[in-house]
Amino acid sequence: MIWNWFPKYFEQLMGGLVLTLELVFIAIFFGMLLAIPLGLVQVTGPKWLGRIALAFCTVVRGTPLLIQLWLIYYGLGSIFPSIPGIRESMLWPYLRDAFPYAVVAFTFSVAGYSGEVMRGAFAGVPQGELEAARAMGMSPFKVLWRIWLPRALQNVFPTLAGEMVLTLKSTPLAATITIQELFGVGTQIRQDTYRVYEPLLMLGGIYIILTGIIVVVMRYFENRIPRPTAA
Amino acid sequence: MWDNLHLLAFSPPGWGSVLLRGLMFTVIVAAGAYFLGLLIGFFAAVGKIYGGPVLKWSLEAYTTLIRAVPELVLILLLFYAGQDALNAFMSMIGLERIDINPIAAGILVLGFVQGAYSTEVIRAAMLSVPKGQVEAAYAFGMSRLKMLRRIMLPSMIPFAIPGLANLWLIVTKDTALLAVVGSAELATVTRAAAGSTRNYLLFYCAAAVLYLSLTLISTYLFRKLESRYRPASRDVKTVDPLAGVRA
Repeated sequence: MIWNWFPKYFEQLMGGLVLTLELVFIAIFFGMLLAIPLGLVQVTGPKWLGRIALAFCTVVRGTPLLIQLWLIYYGLGSIFPSIPGIRESMLWPYLRDAFPYAVVAFTFSVAGYSGEVMRGAFAGVPQGELEAARAMGMSPFKVLWRIWLPRALQNVFPTLAGEMVLTLKSTPLAATITIQELFGVGTQIRQDTYRVYEPLLMLGGIYIILTGIIVVVMRYFENRIPRPTAA
Repeated sequence: MWDNLHLLAFSPPGWGSVLLRGLMFTVIVAAGAYFLGLLIGFFAAVGKIYGGPVLKWSLEAYTTLIRAVPELVLILLLFYAGQDALNAFMSMIGLERIDINPIAAGILVLGFVQGAYSTEVIRAAMLSVPKGQVEAAYAFGMSRLKMLRRIMLPSMIPFAIPGLANLWLIVTKDTALLAVVGSAELATVTRAAAGSTRNYLLFYCAAAVLYLSLTLISTYLFRKLESRYRPASRDVKTVDPLAGVRA
C-alpha cells in the first residue's frame, strides 16, 4: 500500500467533497420541493395532472440514473448549441458547464423517488384529521400547510433519511459527465499514480463516513420529531 | 432526432440489433447476479440468525459496508480485485493470465453487491415467520437443516417477495454501471452507438425506453407471482413496483 500521493491531492479531494455535498443538498432541496406537488396531485387530482405525475415518477424510477444523466448531458447538451443565438445569450456559460446538467438529473431523480414516497405519505394521513381541519373552517391551502403536509412528513421522515443516503451513493455517477466530485478526483488520482486500490479504498472510506454522518444526524432529528401516538 | 430514426433499424447501418443484443446481455447479467445474490443472501441470512458471534459480526460488516459504499466504487474495486486475485491464482498453478469473460465478471461483481441487500430482505422475511411454526418443526424432531428447507423456506416466501421484486428492479438498473469497466450490456453499447453516430438524444432515449419496458414487464410478472403466493393474513406488504435503491 502506497499512500504518499495523499498530501498532494488533499486540496483537490476537499474540493471534490464540497462538490459532492453541494450536489446532494441542491438535489435534495429542489427534489423535495418537486416531490411534494408530485405526491399531492396523485392523491387529490385533478386526474390528468395525477397521471402526468405518475408517468414522471415511473419513468424516473424505471430507467437507470446513468442513462438519464447521459440523456440530459449528452442528449440535450448536443441540441442546445444548434439553437441560433444561444451562444450569445446569458445562459450559455451555464449550458456549457456540466454541473447544472447533473443538478437537473439528480433533482429529477430525487423528485421521482420521493414523489412516490410522498404520495403514500399524503394518502396515509387519516381522513378524520383533514375533515376536522376543514370543519374548523380552514381553507384548503391552510389544511395542507398546517395539517396535511406536517403529518405526511412526520410519517415518512425515516424513509426520506434513506433517500438522502441513496442520493449520496449515486453522486459518483456525476463523474461520468466530467464533474470532478469525490469520485472524479479519485479517478484522476488513479490515472496519475497508477495505483488501483488505494484511491478506491479511500473513496469507500470517505463514503462510509459520510453515510454514517447522515444516518446519525437524521436519527437525531427523527428522535426530536414527536411521534404520533398509535391510533 | 426524428429524421434519424432509421439508425434504429435492425440491419446495419441501423443499430437496432446491437441495442437488442445489449438488452439481452443486460437481462442475462442481471438474472445471474440476482440468483447469485439470492444464494448469498439466503446463507448469509441463516448465518446472521443462527450463527455464532464471529460469523454474525463478519456478516454484519459485509452487509453494512456494501450498503454504505456507492455501487460504482464497489464495482471498480471488486472488478480489479477479482481480476488480480484470479490472475495471481492462475500464475500460482502455472497457467497464463486470462481476461475474465465480461458476462461472468458482471455477474460475480453485481451478485456480490446484491447479496448484501438480499441478506437483509431474506433475514427480515425469516424473522416474520411465526416463531411457533419453527418451534413446532423442532418439536417434531426435525433437524435445523430440515426445518429450514421444509418450514422456513416455503413460509418466508410471501414475506420476501415484495423486497425481492424491488431487488430485481434494482439489479437490472445496476447493470448500467458496468459501463464504467467496459462491458457489452445495454448502457455500454448505447454509449458506443451514440458516440459513433453523434445522435446522442436518439440513442439514450431508445435505451431509456428499453430499460423502462424491462422494468414494467418485470413489475407485471412480480405482481402475478405475488398474488399467487399471497398468504391468508393481510399483514404482508404488497409489491411497491419501483421502490428501492437508485441506480
